[in-house]
Amino acid sequence: MCGAPAQTPSLPAGVDLEKETVIYGVVSHGDAPVPGAYVRLLDSTGEFTAEVVTSATGDFRFFAAPGDWTLSVLHRDGKATAPVSATGPGLVEASLTLH
Amino acid sequence: MSREDALVTADWAEQNLNTPGVVFVEVDEDTSAYDGGHIEGAVKLDWKTELQDQVRRDFVNKEQFEQLASEKGISNDDTVVLYGGNNNWFAAYAYWYFKLYGHDDVKLLDGGRKKWELDGRELSKDTVSREHTTYTAKDQDLSIRAFRDETIAAIGQKNLIDVRSPDEFSGKLLAPAHLPQEQSQRGGHIPTALNVPWSKAANEDGTFKSDKDLRQLYSEVGLDDAKDTIAYCRIGERSSHTWFALHELLGHDNVKNYDGSWTEYGSLVGVPIEKGA
Repeated sequence: MCGAPAQTPSLPAGVDLEKETVIYGVVSHGDAPVPGAYVRLLDSTGEFTAEVVTSATGDFRFFAAPGDWTLSVLHRDGKATAPVSATGPGLVEASLTLH
Repeated sequence: MSREDALVTADWAEQNLNTPGVVFVEVDEDTSAYDGGHIEGAVKLDWKTELQDQVRRDFVNKEQFEQLASEKGISNDDTVVLYGGNNNWFAAYAYWYFKLYGHDDVKLLDGGRKKWELDGRELSKDTVSREHTTYTAKDQDLSIRAFRDETIAAIGQKNLIDVRSPDEFSGKLLAPAHLPQEQSQRGGHIPTALNVPWSKAANEDGTFKSDKDLRQLYSEVGLDDAKDTIAYCRIGERSSHTWFALHELLGHDNVKNYDGSWTEYGSLVGVPIEKGA
């Protein structure tokens, strides 16, 4: 293996990635990560499913299910949205940039 | 009740940070949020360790609640202003809880922590200490709390409102998606329950929608004003948010929060469950 290890989210102990569908990523603005951004997970009809606040390093994480989702970010410095699809259990990365 | 009695704006809060007789209380799911910065002078309430009995699954009893409020420096005649993260879920839960034990003057800060932060208002890391009081609680007001047998008996009889997200209602998810999904209970919802996600009652910044929009929301889904209503979610916090909208903002009578919610109902042997939308 060469290069930097792949970025992976910090998960609570006991989370089984054979069963859980984890959607995770970083919110950034320019090159800088954005802490304290409100990230929403919307279902395939656009309805609210969950919301988290990004960590000091701009990270967020959801426990979803296979299917089509949308991420929507709200922060004083801007907004962002992005579709994300999970085909099965495991990790799905989706990072967003405020504009 | 009405909006003016139950809800305060961030502007009002900022102007009343030092008003005698007004106590700000922060309640979060993420109990470390307070330590990273809170509204000046606000005390912290931990819903898990302070509002729940630590052995049985139930609330703290009257005497324990009296001791808790006394230690936090809350008096019977204080105006308690609650706010928190998660669009005020746990603050609404604490609001309902203070009402359950008969506190007269409780208010919710509209938009909670989220609006406060989005507005760029000041947060403080100063340690807050208030002088202890001697708080007297009333017996639980069971006209706002539903238990499981009453909820089962309400199937097809009363309004049942499931305020979880559509994917939890259908059984696709077992918890809101910021939490791991592996759970012991079955997925689905109580038969005849209407699915009105709590989020439909709130704007994107966490504030409540207008009374007019709220009225339209609940009439559109077929909530029958003539019947009593029981709201539930997974553990009773999001349904406190909807209880607040119906009972405190719109002034509906006979609205109860079923705090056992899906974690209890979905674990019961032999009760009917419906899946799908």
